[in-house]
Amino acid sequence: MSTVKLTIDGKVAEVSSELTVLQAARSIGIDIPALCYDETLEIFGACRMCIVEIEGSNKLQTSCSTLVKNGMIVHTETDRIKSTRKDIVQMLLDSHPNDCLTCQKSGECLLQDYAYRYDANFRNHHGAMRPQLMDTSSPYILRDNSKCILCGKCVLTCYQVSDRQVLSFSERGYDTKVVFGADQTIEESPCVSCNRCVAVCPVGALVDKRQLGKIRNWDGNTTVVMCKACEYGCEFEVYSRNKENIAVTAKAPSNGRPLCLKGRLATELKYLENPDKPYIKINERFEETTWDKALGITELIEKINRLEKDNKEEEE
Amino acid sequence: MTNSISEIRNTDAMFVIGSNTTENHPIIGAVMKQAKKRGAKLIVADPRRIELAEYADVFLQLKPGTNIALLNGLMNVIIENGLQNDEYIKNRTENYEELKEIVKDYTPEKVAEICGVKAEDIVNAAIIYAQADKAGIYYTMGVTQHSTGTNAVMSISNLALLCGNVGVESAGVNPLRGQNNVQGACDMGGLPGDLPGYQKVFKPEVIQKFEDAWGAKLSGKVGATIGEMFEGIEKDEIKFLYIMGENPVVSDPDTNHVKKVLSHADFVVVQDIFMNETAEFADVILPAAAFAEKDGTFSNTERRVQRVRKAVNPPGDAKADWEILMNIMNRMGYDKNYANPSEIMDEIASLTPSYGGINYDRLENESIQWPCLDENHPGTKYLHEKAIARGRGLFMPVDYVVSAEMPSEEYPLIMTTGRILYHYHTRTMTGREDGLNQLAPESFVEINPATANRLSILDGERVRLVSRRGEVETTARITEIIDDGVVFMPFHFAEGSANYLTNTVKDEIAKIPELKVAAVRVEKI
Amino acid sequence: MQVTINGKNYDVEKNTTILKACKDAGIEIPTLCHDDRLSPSGACRLCLVEVEGWKNLHTSCTAICKDNMVIQTHSDKVIKGRQEVLDLLISNHPLECLTCEKSGACKLQDYCYEYGITEGTYRWEMKKPYFDSSNPFYNFDSRKCILCGLCVRVCDELQGTSAIGFENRGFETNVATPFNEGLINSTCVSCGNCVSVCPVGALEPKSKEKFRYWETRDVRTTCSYCGVGCQMDLVVKGNKVVDVKPAFDALNEGLLCVKGKFSYNFLSHPDRLKRPMVKKDGVFVETSWEEAYNLIVNKMKSVKEYYGSEAFAGLTSARCTNEENYLFQKMFRAVLGTNNVDHCARL
Repeated sequence: MSTVKLTIDGKVAEVSSELTVLQAARSIGIDIPALCYDETLEIFGACRMCIVEIEGSNKLQTSCSTLVKNGMIVHTETDRIKSTRKDIVQMLLDSHPNDCLTCQKSGECLLQDYAYRYDANFRNHHGAMRPQLMDTSSPYILRDNSKCILCGKCVLTCYQVSDRQVLSFSERGYDTKVVFGADQTIEESPCVSCNRCVAVCPVGALVDKRQLGKIRNWDGNTTVVMCKACEYGCEFEVYSRNKENIAVTAKAPSNGRPLCLKGRLATELKYLENPDKPYIKINERFEETTWDKALGITELIEKINRLEKDNKEEEE
Repeated sequence: MTNSISEIRNTDAMFVIGSNTTENHPIIGAVMKQAKKRGAKLIVADPRRIELAEYADVFLQLKPGTNIALLNGLMNVIIENGLQNDEYIKNRTENYEELKEIVKDYTPEKVAEICGVKAEDIVNAAIIYAQADKAGIYYTMGVTQHSTGTNAVMSISNLALLCGNVGVESAGVNPLRGQNNVQGACDMGGLPGDLPGYQKVFKPEVIQKFEDAWGAKLSGKVGATIGEMFEGIEKDEIKFLYIMGENPVVSDPDTNHVKKVLSHADFVVVQDIFMNETAEFADVILPAAAFAEKDGTFSNTERRVQRVRKAVNPPGDAKADWEILMNIMNRMGYDKNYANPSEIMDEIASLTPSYGGINYDRLENESIQWPCLDENHPGTKYLHEKAIARGRGLFMPVDYVVSAEMPSEEYPLIMTTGRILYHYHTRTMTGREDGLNQLAPESFVEINPATANRLSILDGERVRLVSRRGEVETTARITEIIDDGVVFMPFHFAEGSANYLTNTVKDEIAKIPELKVAAVRVEKI
Repeated sequence: MQVTINGKNYDVEKNTTILKACKDAGIEIPTLCHDDRLSPSGACRLCLVEVEGWKNLHTSCTAICKDNMVIQTHSDKVIKGRQEVLDLLISNHPLECLTCEKSGACKLQDYCYEYGITEGTYRWEMKKPYFDSSNPFYNFDSRKCILCGLCVRVCDELQGTSAIGFENRGFETNVATPFNEGLINSTCVSCGNCVSVCPVGALEPKSKEKFRYWETRDVRTTCSYCGVGCQMDLVVKGNKVVDVKPAFDALNEGLLCVKGKFSYNFLSHPDRLKRPMVKKDGVFVETSWEEAYNLIVNKMKSVKEYYGSEAFAGLTSARCTNEENYLFQKMFRAVLGTNNVDHCARL
């Protein structure tokens, strides 16, 4: 692995030759916007927000898919780039509902952040909007297709777990959409409610339904906790307000682990005073269940109870 | 302040003298206006028709330098009408007879003549103050920056004692301190005669205590005040001047003299957050952290010790002042290390009885007003509650003496100086705020229309002010705020600075310069 | 007196408002126009509660508790009433949360989320917009104003300036300066206390820095201007102070002045001294701390040796902290051996 030297916005960066321009920029504290890039996912190059100017080339290039080269001179925030990014955000906004007032994602939405950064706003128009397809079938995930920007992160993260691979793209052009299973509802699909897709969604298209309406990003505090269901320790976020824990959401899987529903429920039970009832999927139907059944510890609890009872009797 | 800011809300009468409170202590000004709305009476004495004057029951637009005459006049009226608090005087004060003797001559008519106010207003003000159950006096530099400043403060104290307003909630004698931590700088021994907690440098037991604690030999000789330092530099007795976070070229009287002194000094160190007019004379400049870039405490005007917390990093290589000082002390062979300001506060508390119970753990959840003697002491909301600190309140009657410089044929006007809302001290910070510069861009002089008429000066015209010490050019602001014969200049601005004109003559005791009265003439350019 | 709130009994003192009784009982009631420091106004109608025996819902901020009163704060009727109020407000409010500077610190946005009001259902004409950007520190945007009156009451009752008031009536009501001559021509002293209480984005500071409230953290500190010592929260994004909020639980009770509220940009001013400098041939050149310290310490040692301790003098600072002032005088007294320490207490 060799290192190369390049200049980004006048700052010199010495980085590994295997990095992309976007990674090199972020490593020296220059934040190139990107909706579809995620360091844990395959490079997709869908959103075009990460375009930069590289001296010697007339075309704007996506920095997430361009490798660094020695002597490269990169500009990340020129007027031309800013105006192009504003156009990209504008086009996304034109088919996005004006819903930040009550959107669960408000405050942690990348589209909102970039709209603010590049001064783009919702406009009234008579053109097409993405159809309102709301999937409320799951108690864990709320899917709102009208807010999807087709960045592909959810599809890619689901694809990474070989026995899941539930999400995929379907249709083409303006009709393109992300579907669960064979274009089924979440309930009918093989989705296991791990919420990996929710954790990577940059907008309000996939949100954690158990947090919905309870608390938003700016309201109160968040603490990152480690799941204790297995020894790998995936990350969850606990939302609290006035010292009361309100909600738990999946944040990131630990290395080599996929995130799972059991871990999420165990974390909820540990941190929340009054968690919502647990549900498990039985024959493609979500059914309310008990905590011991949801966590699969019914037999263990029975055995513990029996042993304790025996002990007591012996003492007596 | 003997009392607290929040107590103003419940006072019955406020006597504001020599303080443009709404501009210089805006939040206290707001609380005063709230009290007025609630029904408290307000007396204002100031050479300028300041905002509070509009709210006042009695406004006394007195001539600069006549505070003592006015205060004696008020006491004269009170005693003549038998409105004094006899029981309080009998139980808690001494030397009343001498006071009676001296104020006897200050009849309202005579005082009205001296101060340029109406005799009936003096009578009304005296009655309001004396008849109020709880009345507070609030003053600032308009009282103290005179050659007779200390005497004026004593007169204020006399008035408060006369009506039993010391050691009482929502009353008291309340100097409003100008700068964020001027109280703390004094508390911490930033004075030539005082170690922390006003422990005198010349007392053997004090020297012993600090020598033991610090492991160093200390001098028992009272040091030099700013003015004496400047004299010492001129006489080649002082060689090395260290200036931390001050800008005497703009803030001190007689700018030409200050500049001469600084260029004469052998070695000058300046430690500041910005290059300023004083730093130009430095041999070494050290970049310091600003308030948001370090931890510490400030003590406010009501003796309240409050935390300052680090929010951001200082720019470049700048360091917190305490770190710089510690590094220099260490390099001078004094091996005391502090990991953080909290440890310094622990040392302060161990040596300063009034700060004895103060530490960062407590300050995390509360603010504490000193005296706070130990960790269980709640702090002190108002002073002298049980008894006056020295046992009995001593009346210190004083006579009115004219200011050092009075109008003459050559210098026919009195110039007084002060601060405005939109700037702070020498503008090192506020001068870099676009919005403030838009609202208050440059130096000016307030002139009464009658004065301006005589000199044929129009509003907004450039004028030259000349005193015995120097001259400056500035812009005329024709306004009824100021009386005929008196002009006012804010001192904030280095360009067109009021302090080229001001008088360095000092109060004998407090060594405070007479910044509030200088004889000048105004010339049309 | 005793009242029943949501089925539980509470003792309250005479002349307590229902809102206060609920607050003391730990029950949160939404309100956009109430401020404990100000006279109640009942303007926003969001604090509605149901009282047994009363026909209509009542604003709890103005209704006084009576003995044996039975109060419901979250009944279906109350929730419906509040939803109706929010619907009316949001119907006449621009949906600009996407880029509104207040987003993330807006009470209207928070209550709409809490009560599930996603958009206004009253599709009538919007209020005539009125902007006032004449003040150098803050803007007024009437489109976002919900007429809660907090700004008007703070300016009048607490700040005592009365620069703004209500003009016109009914649907045309606006917050404005006398004769609509703009804030810059009014008696406004730019204290920004109106900005600090505005629950929505109608009064907004003119920030030099773009930031969203969810990107920031608050640091409680003491104002560095005058001797009053107001407490305030510095709003910090990354390594920059981007806003200042007054502390409500301190001596300043939620008030600040123009300097405390708005004048923090000096902190990141390019003129800030960043490196030690020494004068060489009359010109200042940057140097390292090590060199600067050595120069000072060597000079201190030689002055002390040749001229003695009394040849030192120091001006400490009313601008610095207690700890720094303490160390400064300690350096002069314990290390240099002189009491020649003073500061500008007299100026």
